[in-house]
Amino acid sequence: MLGYLIRRVLAAVPVMGVVALFVFLLLRLTPGDPAAILAGDNATPERLERIRASLGLNEPLVVQFITWVGKLLHGDLGTSLISNLPVMKMIGQRVEPSISIALSTIILAVIVAVPLGVIAAWKHGTWIDRFVMGLSVLGFSVPVFVVGYVLIEVFAIDLRWVPVQGFKSISTGFGAFFERIILPTCALSFIYIALIARMTRAAMLDVLGEDYVRTARAKGINEVAVMMRHALRNAAVPVITVIGTGFALLISGVVVTESVFNIPGIGRLTVDAVLARDYPVIQAMILLTSLIYVVVNLLIDVAYTLLDPRIRY
Amino acid sequence: MTNPILDINNLVVSVGKKPGGPKIIDGISVQVHQGETLCLVGESGSGKSVTSLTTMGLLPKGTLVPTSGSVKLVGEEILTATDRRLRQLRATQMAMIFQEPMTALNPVVHVGRQIDEVLRAHTDLDARTRKKRILDMMEQVRLPQVERIFASYPHRLSGGQRQRIMIAMALVLEPKLLIADEPTTALDVTTQKQILTLIRDLQRDHGTAVLFITHDMGVVAEIADRVAVMRQGRLVETGTLDSILRNPTMEYTRNLLSAVPSLVPRAARPETKEPVVLEANELSKVYKERAFFGKGREVVAADKVTLTLRKGRTLGIVGESGSGKSTVARCIVRLIDPTSGGVRLAGREISDISRRLLQPHRQKIQIVFQDPYRSLNPRVTVGESIAEGPINYGVSHADAMKRARELLELVGLPADAVSRYPHQFSGGQRQRIAIARALALDPDVLVADEAVSALDVSVQAQVLELLHEIQKRLGIAILFITHDLRVAAQICDEVVVMQHGRVVEQGPAAEVLTHPQEAYTRALLEAAPGRGWDFANFRPVSEGVAASV
Repeated sequence: MLGYLIRRVLAAVPVMGVVALFVFLLLRLTPGDPAAILAGDNATPERLERIRASLGLNEPLVVQFITWVGKLLHGDLGTSLISNLPVMKMIGQRVEPSISIALSTIILAVIVAVPLGVIAAWKHGTWIDRFVMGLSVLGFSVPVFVVGYVLIEVFAIDLRWVPVQGFKSISTGFGAFFERIILPTCALSFIYIALIARMTRAAMLDVLGEDYVRTARAKGINEVAVMMRHALRNAAVPVITVIGTGFALLISGVVVTESVFNIPGIGRLTVDAVLARDYPVIQAMILLTSLIYVVVNLLIDVAYTLLDPRIRY
Repeated sequence: MTNPILDINNLVVSVGKKPGGPKIIDGISVQVHQGETLCLVGESGSGKSVTSLTTMGLLPKGTLVPTSGSVKLVGEEILTATDRRLRQLRATQMAMIFQEPMTALNPVVHVGRQIDEVLRAHTDLDARTRKKRILDMMEQVRLPQVERIFASYPHRLSGGQRQRIMIAMALVLEPKLLIADEPTTALDVTTQKQILTLIRDLQRDHGTAVLFITHDMGVVAEIADRVAVMRQGRLVETGTLDSILRNPTMEYTRNLLSAVPSLVPRAARPETKEPVVLEANELSKVYKERAFFGKGREVVAADKVTLTLRKGRTLGIVGESGSGKSTVARCIVRLIDPTSGGVRLAGREISDISRRLLQPHRQKIQIVFQDPYRSLNPRVTVGESIAEGPINYGVSHADAMKRARELLELVGLPADAVSRYPHQFSGGQRQRIAIARALALDPDVLVADEAVSALDVSVQAQVLELLHEIQKRLGIAILFITHDLRVAAQICDEVVVMQHGRVVEQGPAAEVLTHPQEAYTRALLEAAPGRGWDFANFRPVSEGVAASV
């Protein structure tokens, strides 16, 4: 198992290397002078020269790449062109809200969706099944900002149970953190509940047709044990895949929700950086997102081997 | 006579809840007594499995519904029992083992725990007592190293071991009734023999009533006390083993028995001096498992196999699963590339030429696969499937379709079947289509890889007859791969017996199958179920020998 883990981590290194190369070339191979791109439209010649020197643009490409990777490994992602802050620090401030929301959303979605999917598959073809599937269509089709504003209207404005917007770090107290995170979590989890419930149902329906489920029933154990012990664990692999990729998507791609609830997450940071052509930040975000996907995929693969002893490494 | 353990009386099972739906089971009445084995025999679709699932209360809810009659287990009505009561009865009073030991166990749970589940659901024993009882049961089903197997996952065990686990699971609470649904069909003959003996012995020790479902008359002859023959949801006849095998009263039973191929090889055809069309010379296939780090593993699937096939002759390759017989067939057809050795097709070496150069030779050798349900593309009409090969070799579409019609008639199907799709045909018909497809290219050699193994005996007999006919008319050479010695005895001129990738014995079928020289061949023959019976002549083999002397 440990050997497998080490091998998998090592196998991720070339992937990250290719991503780093791509990110590096992004700036170098864009038509025109990278320094001019970085400096913006109203740059003076002195400023251009300064940027060139600081990026080492006068060196050969290979040397530039090695220096750049060297800095990267020391946590130096460059400096934002807009705010003049180190990119590392900017991302550091934004990571907590994003990860908090992604985690809480996935946890809520799994808690609600997996049982829904199991019940729908168990009661396949009945009104319960149709009801769950109906909910799931609804979850897919209502845009997240609509859900978000409706939730704000009802729970923040009419009932005044929670604040309308914003984010408080968990270090300032769990209560403040929780009451601000609950609405965006609910809004976001809608679509994930729909997705995971559907996936669970489909996987369970496949497994329920298997011979070993019939064997389990022939043993005379109760239906709950048949569902949980025999069916669900075998149905887990595709469900885990969806949960994992869903989580990775959540960290980087929740711009709309962050805007609706005014949360300073990395989704908005990315969009702002793209709009402002803040290249160092964009580069860092691509690297970070890739890293998240690589790590999540690694975790998914490890989960496979834990769930299914037949998957060998 | 004592009260029966299982008493099925005038049972009707229909499709759907509404009255008037098609009847899958139509008025079945059978009884099984203590210590007795009743064999429920029938071809596919006869309703034997539905009968057993009804008894266990395991019919798919809402789709198949018992509409009348009764099923009594030790006097207690099953059809009206609550779900709760049914769960209590399962494993304690009635238990079931299934056909596919490969899929009947949960792949992600240790087998010991899967047996333990039965005890936890139905008893209050503590963990240690339970484990002791399970290990004891595992020993009773003659599993080796029970402690190790207890903590193994199913995929670590062989098919025979898994079926033993299933039997241990079924019998651990000493149920009064054991339902065995084709429990040995997926196993090799030698394993099958062991499992049948095991069921017999356990039944004797525990006095269990056994309802044994099978399609195989050989197995019936080995295990049954009484036999009930089913056909299309109806009971054809019941009787003791001897009376059914010797004096079947119904036409259908007679036909069923007559269709069982005899183990006695057919009369040998005279040796021919026809040209050799296919030669394999020291053919080997080694699978290398490459590891990311460290050393890979090597599996020798075929080890220096040499064989010769002449025009108009049939060469059988027989062996159990994993013996390498299919690997050899696939190497010869070049579906996979042999690691070493040669294959000469009509005098031309084809084992090492490139795929492109192989193209013109492909049409000379064609293959028919085992599973008629999966080897035809379901979205393509039968005619197009047959015509595809010739079209690839430059025949015009119209000519190829015309040929397809002729071929369908040759294999005994109507010519207008060309425009239909595979799902509109039965298994036997599909295998005929697969044969027509293979013949479309006028091959010199037809490779039949377990081509009749998935078919019912009566259909099997017809397809074998068809192959024989075609060989007589076209002079084609057939390489026939089978695990079934009965089939081999009826169609092969020569046989090659394989084990662990090696040829153990080869020679004329009449010679090898009656006077085997090697221990393994003898073991295979001895394990063949029902070898003591000459089914087609309704008598034991010994009486037949006596009569002919």
